[in-house]
Amino acid sequence: MNFLDYLFLFGGMGLATYLPRWLPLFYLAHRELPKWLIDWLSLIPVAILCALLAPILFTEQTTRSLELGKPEFLVAIPTLLFAVKTKNLGGTVLVGMGLYWLWGTIQ
Amino acid sequence: MYRLNAKEKENLPDSRLWFRDGAIASWPICFGYIPIGLALGVLANQAGIPAWAVTMMSILVFAGSAQFICVAMLAAGASIWSIIFTTFVVNLRHFLMSSAVAVHLSGLRRLFLSFFAYGITDESFAVNMTHFRKGKWGPLRAITVNQLANLAWVMSTTCGALVGQFIPTGAFGTDYALTAMFLALLLFQLHNAVYILTGLTALGIAVVWYLFIPGDSYIIGSSISAATLGFFFKRYREKHK
Repeated sequence: MNFLDYLFLFGGMGLATYLPRWLPLFYLAHRELPKWLIDWLSLIPVAILCALLAPILFTEQTTRSLELGKPEFLVAIPTLLFAVKTKNLGGTVLVGMGLYWLWGTIQ
Repeated sequence: MYRLNAKEKENLPDSRLWFRDGAIASWPICFGYIPIGLALGVLANQAGIPAWAVTMMSILVFAGSAQFICVAMLAAGASIWSIIFTTFVVNLRHFLMSSAVAVHLSGLRRLFLSFFAYGITDESFAVNMTHFRKGKWGPLRAITVNQLANLAWVMSTTCGALVGQFIPTGAFGTDYALTAMFLALLLFQLHNAVYILTGLTALGIAVVWYLFIPGDSYIIGSSISAATLGFFFKRYREKHK
């Protein structure tokens, strides 16, 4: 592929990504939103975070099958406890990484 | 009607510190992007995509999962249109995030909103929503998070394409950085029983959906179902107080 092929491909991908990011923000930010919609939208972050985490914690992603008790899940428990105790985002990231790395080295 | 510019909306006593606050908030994202960006660069390199094209892709698209899929599809000889269509489907979930973040960016100028939209990712969305909810957060801080994450992404994917094969992957648990960040952000979002129920429902539905339905529809499908269920639970609780 030459420069123009890549430009066309990535430009198209960029547009396909940008439109869903842009449309709601562009229109909704200037409307008076009904209370039910605000209530519903306030639950979206929790729901999306759980949806993103679910396969990482509970499934084997290469074969797309259920796997309970995988290292990602086991490390998540003390990581969450640390987050509860400290309420510190950066510290939690470092603790999670450290524990995951430790788990890998003792295995 | 007069539209606020971002600086007016920031409206905080320490509004001069927006860059510092945004930079502090964004470091877990930037840190987490490094191993993933390097990995993407290496894969692209192996698929025969030149480094300049990787940089171009990261700037124009700025969406991790879609870029991985693109590299895999290019390596498999897929057509350009099928890659663009797949990208659209994979990134439809940003529609939900953009809607949710709009609540906190009301009344801002359209130009700022259009620029802000470019930087909405899973990670920047989660970090910004947590901070907006806590208060003391504004559009300038939020867009700083977006753009520093963007910078880290462009640089790490480019580095991966240039020198990636010489860097060991997954060192010191960096593979787990974004997972740990999502876990902490999730925890900070659990304000009461409604949120906990919504989260547990999303986890359950997402696992089942992911196992039985191919593709990435599980993200949108389980988020919408769980938020709707949580919404009715909230209504029910308010009625029976």
